[in-house]
Amino acid sequence: MPDFEILDHTADVGVRAWGKDTAEALRNVSLGMLNLIYEPERVEAEEVKELQVSGRDWPSLMVSLLQEILFLVEAEGWAVRDLRIEEVGEYRVKASLTGERLDPQRHRVCGEIKAPTYHMIKFEKGDDRWTAQVYFDV
Amino acid sequence: MGLLRAALQRGKYVWEIPVGAQEGMRVPGVVFGDRQILQKADEDNALVQVANVACLPGIVKASLAMPDIHWGYGFPIGGVAATAVEEGVISPGGVGYDISCGVRLVKSSLTWNEVKGRLDELLDHLERGVPKGLGTKGRIQLSRKEMENLMKRGVKELVARGIGWEEDLECMEEGGCYPGADPSKVSDRAFQRGRDQAGTLGSGNHFLEIQVVEEVGPLAEEMGLFEEQVVVMVHSGSRGLGHQICSDYIEIMNAALPKYKFRLPDRQLVCAPVRSKEGQDYLAAMACAANFAMCNREAITHWIREAFEATFRAGARKLGMDLLYDVSHNLAKLERHMVDGKEMELMVHRKGATRAFPAGRPELPERYREVGQPVIIPGDMGSNSYVLVGTREAMEMSFGSTCHGAGRTMSRKAAKKKVRGEELKRRLESQGIKVRTDHLSGLAEEAPEAYKDVTEIVEICEGAGLSRKVARMRPVAVLKG
Repeated sequence: MPDFEILDHTADVGVRAWGKDTAEALRNVSLGMLNLIYEPERVEAEEVKELQVSGRDWPSLMVSLLQEILFLVEAEGWAVRDLRIEEVGEYRVKASLTGERLDPQRHRVCGEIKAPTYHMIKFEKGDDRWTAQVYFDV
Repeated sequence: MGLLRAALQRGKYVWEIPVGAQEGMRVPGVVFGDRQILQKADEDNALVQVANVACLPGIVKASLAMPDIHWGYGFPIGGVAATAVEEGVISPGGVGYDISCGVRLVKSSLTWNEVKGRLDELLDHLERGVPKGLGTKGRIQLSRKEMENLMKRGVKELVARGIGWEEDLECMEEGGCYPGADPSKVSDRAFQRGRDQAGTLGSGNHFLEIQVVEEVGPLAEEMGLFEEQVVVMVHSGSRGLGHQICSDYIEIMNAALPKYKFRLPDRQLVCAPVRSKEGQDYLAAMACAANFAMCNREAITHWIREAFEATFRAGARKLGMDLLYDVSHNLAKLERHMVDGKEMELMVHRKGATRAFPAGRPELPERYREVGQPVIIPGDMGSNSYVLVGTREAMEMSFGSTCHGAGRTMSRKAAKKKVRGEELKRRLESQGIKVRTDHLSGLAEEAPEAYKDVTEIVEICEGAGLSRKVARMRPVAVLKG
């Protein structure tokens, strides 16, 4: 079960996710975002896509990754079921994603996300785990 | 939180957060509202955002907030900030991700009595005609070149393709073409996100609503509005194109930030000098998104007219389906305003606020030059919407700006917890409001209880002198993505 929670915000909505390392935190925050758009568990893992992004620091790397996933969903009409972080470092990430063509009915699309924002953004290491937090414009 | 204690009441509906209430403020913050609005904004962190915006380099007069203020990201929603063009900045966050998100009102000569028996048929036609929601492709397929032309030339390009009317152009800000648009400043990603989305409603708080004019005041006749008239409101923006342009330029300006040595209290307020390369490039790309947004609303208008034609078996011109006006409530515009007795060229950011110019301003089309600019205020589902008009006082107090809607008071999650989509649909239908939506959970997020009372907001705007009421409408049907 991915480790994330949906955060309340008056106008928008956020996701806070955790992971034992940066890779897990990035995966969980991505799945948190996808859960705001449709139900990822309804998506079949029919195809695999790879993506690579970079950033200037951890928050901007997280924003780049989320933007890239949004692009797949919105511009390419592709629903992501899950993602595996293949490589991660300062500040680059390589991920492979499984999924299939987006079907709004079958995947129960429940909303759109315009963009991840830098508002109250966090990507930090605590005592025993990493916390990733991002608010979205919806 | 806690800025409320520092706020000074300057008028019945005017509150000032003085310079010094928070570190780095260059000008005071001014919030238009009553004590309750101020209190809620304080609890919500929105007052801190007003103070943060007051730190922007080159900001003049004050960091303003309209009575529909609520917590945004970077700027508060309802925020207005003007920066001096020569030494000030442009901030993409002060425009928002949905560049030129806006509202328009299409009139008809039909009365509610003539429409109510055919409402279901009309909604069937509208549902078939207007694409909405994620995963739905638009009806307009554009090549890269055609998309570039649309961004550069705005709505007249669409009209040349046979979508929309020539006479609609003068009822849009900038005549349907925001100047300075340069598609070479738009990324490939943004092109691809916007490509299939011209003429799509989108989801979230975007909607198409059939409304009936319930009450009219002075100037309604001049605007062609009368009691029991059926009108159609469209709320949509620049879709994925604008979202991507904003994201792209936030990254570009973040990377350029060390060069300008700006100290900003919130990363989301990232900005660049108006006269810098980053600033000029953003403005050229923003103009593309603004033109795309107006085209988007114009294409939807075209299909609304077709739906009426199919339902009432008469031409849309015969049915009086003229555009009243089209306003953007997320945009930055170059405008001339008086500051301390001196006329200045300013970059006016309106983030969830509407331009509201009075009679006499040269920017207004001839038909409204003596009347003033129509301002279109959408209510939330199930409540009233309004047409307002700009005032001279607003020119002095708010750079000619007023509110943009009701403003949220409850988060989407809390709204969903409080009311179920199905239950809400039944409740609205029992109030005589038909609902067509693909996603009932999305409907619950937009429940009326999640918003402030729009009537109260409009009254406060009038009380503060920011705008005056022209007409009040009630919804009879809503289409949502």
